[in-house]
Formats: sequence, structure tokens, C-alpha cells
Amino acid sequence: MRVNFTVNGRPQEADDVWEGESLLYVLRERLGLPGSKNACEQGECGSCTVRLDGVPVCACLVAAGQVQGREVVTVEGLADFARERAEGRATGARETGGGGTPLDRAGRWQATGHDSQAGEGTGLSPVQQAFIEAGAVQCGFCTPGLLVAADEMLERAPNPSDADIREALSGNLCRCTGYEKILDAVRLAAARRSEGV
Amino acid sequence: MAADGAPTRLAQGTRTKGGIGESTLRPDGTLKVTGEFAYASDMWHEDMLWGQILRSTVAHAEIVSIDTSEALAQAGVYAVMTYDDLPTDVRHGLEIQDTPVLAHGRVRHHGEPVAVVAADHPETARRAAAKIKVEYRELPVVTDEASATAPDAIVVHENRTDHHAAHVPHPNIVHRQPIVRGDADGAARRADVLVTGDYFFGMQDQAFLGPESGLAVPAEDGGVDLYIATQWLHADLRQIAPVLGLPEEKVRMTLSGVGGAFGGREDLSMQIHACLLALRTGKPVKIVYNRFESFFGHVHRHPARLHYEHGATRDGKLTHMKCRIVLDGGAYASSSPAVVGNAASLSAGPYVIDDVDIEALALYSNNPPCGAMRGFGAVQACFAYEAQMDKLAKELGMDPVEFRGINAMEQGTIMPTGQPVDSQAPVAELLRRVKARPMPPERQWESSEGTDVRQLPGGLSNTTHGEGVVRGVGYAVGIKNVGFSEGFDDYSTAKVRVEVVGGEPVATVHTAMAEVGQGGVTVHAQIVRTELGVGQVTIQPADTRVGSAGSTSASRQTYVTGGAVKNACELVREKILDLGRRRFGTHHPAWATAELLLEGGKVVTDGGEVLADLADVLGDEAIEVEEEWRHRPTEPFDRRTGQGNGHVQYSFAAHRAVVEVDTELGLVKVVELACAQDVGKALNPLSVLGQIQGGTVQGLGIAVMEEIVVDPETAKVKNPSFTDYLLPTILDTPTIPVDVLELADDHAPYGLRGVGEAPTLSSTPAVLAAIRDATGLALDRTPVRPEHLTGTA
Repeated sequence: MRVNFTVNGRPQEADDVWEGESLLYVLRERLGLPGSKNACEQGECGSCTVRLDGVPVCACLVAAGQVQGREVVTVEGLADFARERAEGRATGARETGGGGTPLDRAGRWQATGHDSQAGEGTGLSPVQQAFIEAGAVQCGFCTPGLLVAADEMLERAPNPSDADIREALSGNLCRCTGYEKILDAVRLAAARRSEGV
Repeated sequence: MAADGAPTRLAQGTRTKGGIGESTLRPDGTLKVTGEFAYASDMWHEDMLWGQILRSTVAHAEIVSIDTSEALAQAGVYAVMTYDDLPTDVRHGLEIQDTPVLAHGRVRHHGEPVAVVAADHPETARRAAAKIKVEYRELPVVTDEASATAPDAIVVHENRTDHHAAHVPHPNIVHRQPIVRGDADGAARRADVLVTGDYFFGMQDQAFLGPESGLAVPAEDGGVDLYIATQWLHADLRQIAPVLGLPEEKVRMTLSGVGGAFGGREDLSMQIHACLLALRTGKPVKIVYNRFESFFGHVHRHPARLHYEHGATRDGKLTHMKCRIVLDGGAYASSSPAVVGNAASLSAGPYVIDDVDIEALALYSNNPPCGAMRGFGAVQACFAYEAQMDKLAKELGMDPVEFRGINAMEQGTIMPTGQPVDSQAPVAELLRRVKARPMPPERQWESSEGTDVRQLPGGLSNTTHGEGVVRGVGYAVGIKNVGFSEGFDDYSTAKVRVEVVGGEPVATVHTAMAEVGQGGVTVHAQIVRTELGVGQVTIQPADTRVGSAGSTSASRQTYVTGGAVKNACELVREKILDLGRRRFGTHHPAWATAELLLEGGKVVTDGGEVLADLADVLGDEAIEVEEEWRHRPTEPFDRRTGQGNGHVQYSFAAHRAVVEVDTELGLVKVVELACAQDVGKALNPLSVLGQIQGGTVQGLGIAVMEEIVVDPETAKVKNPSFTDYLLPTILDTPTIPVDVLELADDHAPYGLRGVGEAPTLSSTPAVLAAIRDATGLALDRTPVRPEHLTGTA
């Protein structure tokens, strides 16, 4: 079958799609977008998390045919998506009384080194930049899914408490970091955003 | 250099930034957050086929027949291969070559590869594999020590010729290592208290998230180019080439992006299968396991049964220790012999015990093969000896930390192997530090807004608002060796090049080190900046065009490949300075007399005088050095007494666990898991914290969640999925405050101490101790599940 849908703002057409193929397979193998990861292919690990009409889903559990005519955002489009949102083209954020982490505390572990390849001036979204700086990336296989999930949470709840962050990211497994640096990264992204940094 | 050639002083702050000791950020970070980093499963090639492995559905059987005709007839299928299609009958294996690439007449464990298929779509390949008809005649299964060593036991591997075969009491024992030192029986008579225990440690999965994957591309010379996620390219190569019947130079390997490893990529998985299919079809072949297959596609952590006896005097001094550790190695040897060596030599823990009687062994069985996982034999022992320490402290009426402190080893302590601990061993200090931390507040689920069930055992299942919830606190400390032991030639190789590009000096580092997420690539650039004063460092992809780096395991890469990079830099620096002396030596006497350094892109004296720009010294010349580097040698353990200087370095970590247990439902919430670890020197503090926290959570996993369940009747795996094999999520994971000590080890580069594994040891027993503290239960197995806490097991 043929599937037409929008990925990261661009219309895409996938041909010869077998009915059993997942959205994840179509993204990775037919559209050249392997950023969404294939860690479990059974909806348990969250590494393939994408936005489907704004809602975070495991792309491995979405049949390709289900996305006909719909909009998908993957990690490859996250920076543009966040930029457009910041420019006011997509909102929906609401304040929650979560009691988040202030910037000075969120940045207490701040890395002092620098590296020309580590994201300076490459137009990353705030949550992507925070993941690099906070050390939330090791092997990085869980990272794309976590970024999409974290970005979506910060859109809904810009000032999350730690418990809010844990709840929102509980569908994303990470085997390397022990999650502490992921919490650091999300706190940092939230704090920068709320303090306009 | 000033225009007149007179020296200037290096301005303050012009040292090269991003050197060792800084939390330099990962060079692959941007690629990884944008989805552009190419993992092994992301690779794609024009005209590529997909490989699929057919695995045995039974654990132990003779293969009566295999019929591939229906699979071959399916449209889209390019090749189906069985044992009969192999170019050689060479087997592979890390230490003992006992593993057939495809089963030959017999399968020895559930999920053993029997046939491979190549097709133009992965689903076509899967369906074709399902059409291969294999007739099995089932055999009785060997599943534990009793069934392995019974008089009529079926021998899992007949006619063994490996170097352990002549020294084991039964052919179903892979390797056995006794360690005898002092007189344990005699010392036992001095004991005022005697404590024994029998412990069980469950089978843990590495559960790296990036599935086993690779792409094999056939080459015109009859060889193959393999792009692969592994922990050690050259060990793969050494095993792959003979099975393919090719010389090593015709198998060219390049590391692709690795999505975690934790020991699970030390053994081969799909490497040879992909190469076989590529050579057979003449087309590139990609194989990607799904999660179900991944549970069968790599070795696991050895489950273990451990018996311990300790004695102590009334004033809290350990008198002796006897232990027997039985590891289940499963159907193939993998790294079982080395795991036995570790379990035996580290079985006494970080304590002073002069009189010991130790035996560790690994079985051959029909259970899933077990091998390397983070902590490698030391983890199982730590779980048991730390339970023993708590029992002894209780028996003596002493505080568990105080009791451990009385017996804690320090520099100069003699190990059970007779090896002196010849660098810092701050065991008591690490415990003191975790104990001194403020406690997390009681009833932390309560706030002004009411009860937050997310902070309670059971979480959003809303099973309690605090009723029946009891807090417990537990401590543990462990000892892990760093690097490969027992006389292994544990070297690494680094190639470092410095040249001028666009007027600026730039450095290139080329090693075969597998970057699996640990951050070795970050550290290599830091070392170059520190040693050569060159800010711009490029890390070449790891491949087999450069010499072996050894394995990314045993907490060894920063030590050994880091050491190799440092060594290569020192040799490059000497060449640069020689060049400088030839070109500019007459300009300033300091060229001949002073200690010269490279800093901030300049040649400077140790007093800070600038003698020349590095770019001017180099001119058009590129300086390049490729050199092997070794840590100090080790010795094998004596087969009978276990004596020998077997280890390179030790690494220590301690944990304090605070848990809350819903005693009615048996649900555990780990509230805090504080760690203190000595790392010698933190080359990259941010990465060090990441290693410690990540290792800690893998220890938490085996404490309360993770276990591969194998049916004792059939030896079949019952839970090969992330639905049924539970991994800690961010909700299961507590705050992990970390206290990092930097007590230099003078034998190691920069004084560093391997970091990655030690935190995985003590985390598990600390959590267990805390649960025992909360519940009063003995809990002699891990993981602890609700039924063990409610008496319904």
C-alpha cells in the first residue's frame, strides 16, 4: 500500500508498504529517518517515541497505515518543532503547581569543559542542549525517545517537580545513566525556559 | 614566539582547555541528540538483504533432520544455510572454542542458532525461517550442579581438549579454582561466633538497548567488510576469520554505533552469520535482532549458589572464611573460566581475613550460556559476603558499619591469593562517608498538598497511603579488579598524529577501542589536549586497521587504552621536541637545558617561557606514532592453592540504601541509594558520575526486579521480553548522591582507578540489607520479589 503523511513538517509518501509494517519501520527503513530507535519493538522501552498529531506514541506499536494523512514529529525534527513552538506557532503549555527546580540549582553540576562538537551553535532545542550538557547521554540509544517525551512534557508542564518528571518519563527505559543525569537535564531545560535563559 | 626570537611568557589561562580533569562534553553528543548518530541497526546499503537466524525451540536435543526446501522456495529468499553449508567446521569462543556457529547434530540450549536465512525484507526472512522444518530428538537436560555431576549425567561437551579439561573433577565443570591460605579450620576454633549462609543470585541480563546488529558487505577480493557493534573488534576478528576460512586481513571490521554493552557484546552474536550470508549471496546482509531474540543472542550474568561460613571474635575481628561458589555457565564456556577466577579471588571481599578456604567453579549445563556482565564474578560474591557481614554484626550486637570498619582492608593487606594490595584501599572511609550523609526525610510522600502516591511503594497503583510501610537502611561495600587478570597479556594500541592544518596544529587519535557509551572518546581527546597542548582533536572511527585496544570491559579502557593514548602522545611529544631542537635549538639555550612541555599550541619551558609555536615547529611535517602499551604484568593463580599476583588494580565502592517496604503487599520503594567510590583520578568527572549512577541502578535492578527465569524442567527461558523481564524505570530509581574520592594509584596513568564496575557490586547487597532491616526477613536470594516478602513464595 501507499501511505501519505507529514513527517517533521514535510509531506512524505511511502510506497510498497506491507500492511504489517509499523510506523517505526517506515520511518527507519523507507524514509531514511533512523533517529527513532528499535530497542524492543514491543512498546516497553520508549526509544521509538514520536509525536503523532502531537501525542507521544511508541512508533513500533503504530501500524503504518494508521498514520495516513497525519502529522509525525521525530527526533530529527525536534529542534525545528521546538523553535516554531517558541516562536508562537504551536502552544498549549499550561502552568502546573509542580514546584520545579530553579536554574541555579538545576545547573549546580554544570560541566566546565567545552568541545567544539558538543552542540554549540548547532541550533538544538533546549532539551537537546540540556541532555548534552548534563551528561544525560551515554550510549544514546534511549536518547531520541526520551527527548521527544521530555519535550512534550515541558510543553504541558513547564515547571515540573521531580515526581512529575519521573512520571512523564516512566515509559522510557535507559540502561546506562541510572536516570539521575536525565533528571538533571530536564530540570535544566525547564529552569532555563522559565527564567528565559 | 616574538618576532625577534626572544622568549615570551605563556599568558595565564592559555593552557589548552578541555584536558583531563575537566567535564568535557561528549564529541558524539550532538549526533546522539539529533538522531544522526549511526548505530549498528541504522546502517543501510544499496541492494541490502536482511538476515534471520532460526533458533532451537528446545534446550537439549539431537537434530534428526533439517528440511529447508520450503524456506528456499519462498519468493524473496536468497539463501538458507545450515551446518552443512559452512565453509569450515571451526568453532568459536572467547577462551575455549566450543561454540558452533550453526548447530551440528545437537543443540545444547534453548535458542541456539540452527539455520540462517537471507531475504529482501526482514519479515520475509522471518517467515522463511519459520518454514524450516527441524526434527529434534530431545535429550535429558542438565540444569544444576546435581544433574551436571550425577554419575549418569549427560556430558554437555564430550572429548574436551581445552586447557582446563584435565584439571576439573567432572567434564561438566568448565573450570574450578580453589584458594587456600592459612588454616581456616584452625582459625575457626578461635571464633566466638560462627555464621553460615546459603545464597542464590539470579540470572541477570545486560539489557543494553541497542539490539545486536551489523552489516556485512562482501568485497571483491573474496573477503568481507563488517560494520558491527561489539566490545572488542580484534577478539571478534580472531574468532570470525577462521570460521569463514579467511585470513584475518580479508575480514575488515569497523565499529558502528554501539547502544550499550555491559559485557553482553564480548561474545560473538550475529557477526559470523551476517558474513556467511554476505559471502554466499554476494550481497550486503544486515542482521538486527529484535528484543525477543536478543535475550537468546547473548550470554547473561552467571546465576550462582554460594555457601559461606565466617567466624569472628567477640571484639569483632574476622577469624576465617570458607566459601563455595557454584556458577552456572550454561551450554558454552564463554568467559566462565575468568569469571570463576574473579569469584574465587574476590570472594573474601574488601576485608582482612588471613585464613581462608575457597572454592569456585562454573558448570556446563543446558541453561542459557552465561559470561561477562558488569562486575564479572565479583557481583555474586559481594551479595553473599555482605549478607554474611550483616549477620555477623547482628550476632555480635555491633553496628554493621562499625563491624566492617574493624575488618576493612587497607593498603598492604594481603589478599586470599597472597597478593598484597599495593595502592590505596579506603574501604572504611567509603563506608564512613555514605553513613555520614543526612538521611532522606521520613514520610517523604507527605507534603502540604497531601499524599503523593508516586513516592510510595506501589506508586501510581495507589496501593497504600503509608499504611504498612516500613523504612529500612542497609550498607555494603565491595572490591572489583580492574583489567584482565591471571597473566593475560592485556595491552592496548594507540596511534596519535599531529600536523598543521590551516595554520593550526591538530591531533588525530586512532584506536580500536569500542566506544559503547562509556565516554572513552571524550577522554582520549582530553588526554591529547593535556599531553600535547593541542586543542583540536579528531577521534578516528575504531576499526581493525590499527592494533588491538583490548576489550571495553573490566573497567579497563580508560586505564589501558587511555594509557596507550598517553604513551603515544609522550612519544609524539619527544619527536616534536626533537624536531624543534633541530629547527630552533640555536635560538634559545632552554631548548637544550629546560624541561619542555607542549601547552596552548606552543612549546614552553616548565617555567612558562614560550620557545616556539607548535605550528612553526611542525611546518609541513606530520608526526605520527602507533604503539602498544601494557600495564604491569599479572600471574596466573596456582591451580591448587590459588596463590598468585593475579590482579592489576582494585576498585572500591560503598553504598547506603534507604528503602520503604509495603510489608503487606511486598512492594519495595528504594528511596535513596548513596554511593562513595574512590576513582584515583576523575579524568572526566561528569562521566565518572554517569558510570557510578548507571552501575548503581544495574545493581538495584538485580536486587528487586531483574531475573531471567529458566524453567528447571525444560531449561527453557520463560521471560524473554521487556514485558516480563523487568528493568528499573525512572520511577523505580531513587536519588543517587555520589561522593567521589580521588586517591591516586601510583601504578596507573594519572593515578586513575577503573570506575565502571565497582558500583554494581555493592548496590545490590545494600538494597537487600535495607529490605532485611525493614522486614526482619533473612532474604537469602536476589532478586527479592513481593512473594519473598509476604511469605507467599
